[in-house]
Amino acid sequence: MSAFRTFADAVSGGAIPVIIALVALVGALRGVKVYEVFVEGAKEGFEVAVRIIPYLVAVLVAVGLVRSAGLLDLLSRALAPVLGAVGVPAETLPMMLVRPLSGSGADGVMVELMKAHGADSMAATTAAVMSGAADTTFYILAVYFGSVGIKRIRHGLWAGLIGDLAGLLTAAWFTKALLF
Amino acid sequence: MNRVFVALLVAAVAVGLVRDALPGGLAEQVFGPSNEPALRALTQKSLDAAADAAKLALGLTGVLALWMGVMRVAEQAGLVALLARALRPVLVRLFPEVPADHPAMGAIVMNMSANLLGLGNAATPLGLEAMKHLQELNPRKDTASNAMVLFLALNTTHITLIPARTIALRLENGASDATNIVLPTILATACGMTVAFVAARLLQRRFPLEPLAAPPVDGGGAT
Repeated sequence: MSAFRTFADAVSGGAIPVIIALVALVGALRGVKVYEVFVEGAKEGFEVAVRIIPYLVAVLVAVGLVRSAGLLDLLSRALAPVLGAVGVPAETLPMMLVRPLSGSGADGVMVELMKAHGADSMAATTAAVMSGAADTTFYILAVYFGSVGIKRIRHGLWAGLIGDLAGLLTAAWFTKALLF
Repeated sequence: MNRVFVALLVAAVAVGLVRDALPGGLAEQVFGPSNEPALRALTQKSLDAAADAAKLALGLTGVLALWMGVMRVAEQAGLVALLARALRPVLVRLFPEVPADHPAMGAIVMNMSANLLGLGNAATPLGLEAMKHLQELNPRKDTASNAMVLFLALNTTHITLIPARTIALRLENGASDATNIVLPTILATACGMTVAFVAARLLQRRFPLEPLAAPPVDGGGAT
């Protein structure tokens, strides 16, 4: 595991500058006018950032209101008995509800569980695996579809959320099977 | 999305109203303790969230510009096409609607690789580059194509080899083996991704695309 860890640290710590330098070098060797082409591509970054603002405002306000109103607390109280039946620790329900809505919210829930039950507890460990097993679907949807002006999302949200649910449930099962 | 948006807003405000209408003891029993009226919290939250959304988008500008610039250089140097060619057999099966040598394929590969390595801040710009190319192939500019939905679903459930932020948080809070979550995380994300793929494929028939408007009939003047 420690060799893997070293590799992991090296990748997440140093990959980006190496990739950028490699691309520039290969580009130059192949006769690409690297600076001109880079600037031309980078110009688009600003346009995209501005284009996604209205979509992000809509989604983040809706998601923020839902979280702030206590709707999730209500749901997690109502759903707790169901979770036990499918083999998922009931304490991780807030995690399952928050994960698709907010990344920082999910981190918060995870830290809360570690503080309340200990970092090595089943609830906290399951929540940690869940955090990696799903993503902030609402945010990704707003940014990805917003960047090209898609307003009719068809099954986009459902496919993403069904995938999240599968990831979250299997996270609990794999944690239990492999670590406890 | 219209229905989802309205439902989220109405549900949040309705819950807030109920919470404020209930007598203090009962509200606390149902919702947990709170130190201010729910509606006031909602007022503040709606304004904060809107401001945060704009800040978030503008904060992305630099990273977006950086990666879109690098991506353009990699494209012109032929690197993206090289990568896409290596993975062509997989890609063609995942995205049958996209021509095998279309630039969208290269951007999709770059995005997935960045996700896999946990390079989140590179993955988003590369994903947006892929969306741009998928939009070129999309005849209905305001409606998501099957390929776009599938790409989105794969992105919301992507496999991560090293969940670095989670590991850091676990270390900080005294986990005895902070990295033991890696294997279950990989397995769970693989399941999530598979299910997302199947769901996108099965649901696309239930959300059929409207037929394109008939091309304008030529001529048609007085006869």
